Amino acid sequence: MAETIINTPSAEKPPRYLALKRYLPSMTKIVAGLPAMGKNLGITLASMLLFLLVWQLSSSYLYGVEAESRIQRVLEEQGPAEAAKMEACIASGDVSCKPNTLPSPSEVLNAGQLLLADHFVISADKAAFVEKTAAVNAQRKAAGQAAITYTGRPSFVDQIMTSLKTVAVGFLIALFIAVPIGVLIGLNENLRVAFNWFVQVFKPVSPVVWLLLVFMIVKTLTLGSDSDTSFLISAVSVGLCSMWATLVNTSLGVSSVNQDYINVARVLKLGIVKKIFKVILPSAIPLIFTGLRITVSVAWMVLIAIELLAQSPGLGSFVWEEFQNGANDSNAKIIIAMFVIGFIGFLLDRMMYFVQRTVSFT
Amino acid sequence: MSTNPAPNLRNVMLNMQDLTKVYPTPNGDYVVLDNLQLQVMKEEFVSIIGHSGCGKTTLLTMIAGLNEISGGKILLNEFPISGPGPDRGVIFQSPSLLPWMTTLQNVMLGVKQVFPQASKKELNEICQYYLDKVGLGNALHKKATELSQGMQQRVGIARAFALRPKILLLDEPFGMLDSLTRAELQDVLLEIWDKEKITAIQITHDVDEAIFLADRIIMMTSGPRAQIGDILNIDFSRPRTRKDILNDPDYYHYRKHLIDFLEH
Repeated sequence: MAETIINTPSAEKPPRYLALKRYLPSMTKIVAGLPAMGKNLGITLASMLLFLLVWQLSSSYLYGVEAESRIQRVLEEQGPAEAAKMEACIASGDVSCKPNTLPSPSEVLNAGQLLLADHFVISADKAAFVEKTAAVNAQRKAAGQAAITYTGRPSFVDQIMTSLKTVAVGFLIALFIAVPIGVLIGLNENLRVAFNWFVQVFKPVSPVVWLLLVFMIVKTLTLGSDSDTSFLISAVSVGLCSMWATLVNTSLGVSSVNQDYINVARVLKLGIVKKIFKVILPSAIPLIFTGLRITVSVAWMVLIAIELLAQSPGLGSFVWEEFQNGANDSNAKIIIAMFVIGFIGFLLDRMMYFVQRTVSFT
Repeated sequence: MSTNPAPNLRNVMLNMQDLTKVYPTPNGDYVVLDNLQLQVMKEEFVSIIGHSGCGKTTLLTMIAGLNEISGGKILLNEFPISGPGPDRGVIFQSPSLLPWMTTLQNVMLGVKQVFPQASKKELNEICQYYLDKVGLGNALHKKATELSQGMQQRVGIARAFALRPKILLLDEPFGMLDSLTRAELQDVLLEIWDKEKITAIQITHDVDEAIFLADRIIMMTSGPRAQIGDILNIDFSRPRTRKDILNDPDYYHYRKHLIDFLEH
């Protein structure tokens, strides 16, 4: 930043990779930051341990309450002999009489390993299926028929991938609706007034209601086609729920360009297209990306609720199915899903942050 | 205006007649400028000096076309101006570079507008020439945000000159710089101006800057209803150097004249 510009030896355009280097932290900076980083890491690890401890304590407390009430109920209904049996059963940890409550960290970890193992089983099954049907599918293809596809149960990892796909499509829908409209209403005050009530009224509407609206429309539009519309419905709903932050931020960014830059454009008599692409949009990019970052987080958050309702495959329906299922490890699986959802949301936000930093001029 | 101007008016580049600026306020009109008359000759460098709020900047933005004229007219080469345009190059108080562009791109943006027929090579040469002149020939591909304020204002100077405008408008261009950088940039400006001789109007608070740069200094009375209070001709020959001017006894007479007016 502060080096003297005049003495730079070469007037050559710097190679492309150097531009990239600007965004990566330098080695000296990393080394200088190590003590602070170590301290922060320590604090983070300590708070994680504390979190696990609180979790463990509360789950064992809840376990105790649940077990006590079970024994009490058997005692009242069936007498002391049965109650003693129940107590022994609970103590042995048998699945048939296990108290159903908040699972402990270790149970959740076990459930996670089970889910992963299950994924490998299903993947192997799928691969075997593909191999088995390869010859038949080749024949069908030659005859112009549709290939036979695997219709077995999706694994947890498959559900995650489906959710990511839905949120990506929803995000793109939000992007392609909100950015152009945001630019237009940012440029023109009359349009801004015309859109204002619309934005104000529809922005706070709950994802559930959006889903129902999209369902009404898509159902009618796809009458007669027998394809599965649940993916389309949930992706469009996610897009509509999450686009508002981008819309508002884009119009704000476009309408609040620094007056100095506008004056430069006026003095140079830039045409409207040049003015938009050379001055207004670059200047609005930081705010547009702030909006997009919020959009991604909102999209991921509402996705779960929408999948849950739309019966479309994904993490949301995984959670719902596990809740309905009520198997002895269902609760643990729900907690696993919770961590996975949170962690993926965190990663998506980091990703957007990185993109934002790369394209912004500040 | 007359179809056959008097011979001495042929040399007038910028002619302000009965120029008035009124801002309507809830308590009635606020008259900033009232029937101002001012002629600026071809190849003349005029400084306008006055207290804050006297309407200097209003006057300049009106010439630039960024601010509407309430009454009277401004003739550039005998034609009334309408709206802003690249025939009046502006050097703003803040450098106003587009921060997402490089030095070269910032200059190129305007040059492309003014010379739409030129080839890419010619455009590049024009930009390079003026950036060399302001001492930034080696920083063509630096982003504007990587430059210091003084460097940014150098780009601002190059950008304005590269448009080859009929007239140059400088709105306290060095007001935000420290005094060392300010003197440095005054030298840069004067050097390039001595070559190009573009008619220039500069707004300034700085008495020494006005004497150093201008052929004529317009002193404005305080607003509202600001008027031209006094005019001082600076008869130093060009090209000027700071040292020569500081050694000239006239310098102190001019300085006293200006300060007496401003402190009046």
